[in-house]
Amino acid sequence: MLPFDYQRVETLAEAVAVLGQDPAGTRLLAGGTDLLVFLTDQKLRLGRLLDAKRATDLPGLEVNGALAVGPNVKLRELERHPAVAARWQALAQGASAVGGVAIRNRATLAGNLGTASPAADTPPALLALGARLELLGPAGRRELPLSEFFVGPGRHRLQPAELIRRVLLPAPPPRSGSWYTKLATRQAMDIAFVGVAAALSLAADGTVASARLGLGAVAPTPVEVDLTALLAGRRLDEDALAAAAEAAQVASSPIDDKRCSALYRRAMVGELTRRGLRQALAQAEAAL
Amino acid sequence: MKQVITLQINGQPREVTVEPRTRLLDALRDGLQLTGTKEGCGNGECGACTVLVDGRAVNSCLMLAVEAVGSAITTIEGLAQQGQLHPLQEAFRQHGALQCGICTPGMILAAKALLDEQPRPTRDEIRFHLAGNLCRCTGYQKIIDAVEAAAAALAD
Repeated sequence: MLPFDYQRVETLAEAVAVLGQDPAGTRLLAGGTDLLVFLTDQKLRLGRLLDAKRATDLPGLEVNGALAVGPNVKLRELERHPAVAARWQALAQGASAVGGVAIRNRATLAGNLGTASPAADTPPALLALGARLELLGPAGRRELPLSEFFVGPGRHRLQPAELIRRVLLPAPPPRSGSWYTKLATRQAMDIAFVGVAAALSLAADGTVASARLGLGAVAPTPVEVDLTALLAGRRLDEDALAAAAEAAQVASSPIDDKRCSALYRRAMVGELTRRGLRQALAQAEAAL
Repeated sequence: MKQVITLQINGQPREVTVEPRTRLLDALRDGLQLTGTKEGCGNGECGACTVLVDGRAVNSCLMLAVEAVGSAITTIEGLAQQGQLHPLQEAFRQHGALQCGICTPGMILAAKALLDEQPRPTRDEIRFHLAGNLCRCTGYQKIIDAVEAAAAALAD
């Protein structure tokens, strides 16, 4: 690792101010499970590493109808939180799919977004569940839909000296369910071949009211696919599932790499879409 | 820039000279000669460097020493008390749950974090909690057996 300075800050406002002094040479340290690997491998050179984990005004995990997740909330905390598991199940599953327990004891949701890996496990769930980001920068706070956040592998729309203050999820609609499926060789410590999150809600008559997918590892960024126009008013039968699977494939632009082929990814994104929607449907029907 | 920090290790305050870039792993091994903590991959893939930070299993290759100021750290050296092996250590010995031993300190600490939180885990829960700790010698059955036996011993 090349040398850098390390600084703890007391407040997030102070973090923004320090980031502003040298945005290119400064990074905010969250769990460090990606950042320290980049530094160890010398893929990143930094003047200063900023640690705001003990800031006094750090938002935590708040559930009151909606869900808000502060920047130092660990993936392990999310996966174990009863309300998250019950109401935003795909997010609990996505959090639990990352690394192993020791990684998830350190890794954060905000950090997983900041790394902006196309194959990350939490963005598909967050996209399917309609996440927005609350960002804090020199000009104050602003909100951004997560679907507009990712630009490419490792790239996102944070402005210089801006940080993720909270990840916001709306309260799930009535009669809804969500599910994340990760396809990988191993059950832990692995990167997804393909990851698909599905979220849907039903009308009182059991037809689809809304449905959305989040896709991972099938494009340069995680991809949101809104299925509401396609599925609203329909029963989720085999024809509807086939149409949804095709929409997921159309939204994908997978590549061949050392993990698997583009052809395989394209086939699997369809299959995982079917599986995810069936699981989400089962949860939603349980609430009918 | 070198600085002297104080870390709480195995219940004792220990001074160690580090740079900001010094990993907790290196502070333990090179700074304090606590070489029970092993480096495997150095990238958070293998779990050999697992220590407990405030009771939670953490990869010490992915944490800076300066980040650990103010936290309670437990290493494998902190488990035996008055010359008596910890029940997990005793169970690993009894069950032959190690060969080369490089993964063992991390395995035992990851298992300790589990048992502290959940005293009687199922075999599936043990597998889930140790999934980030790789062993290239024994296979995992004897390790699971040892953790199960230690849980039973601790419950008595």
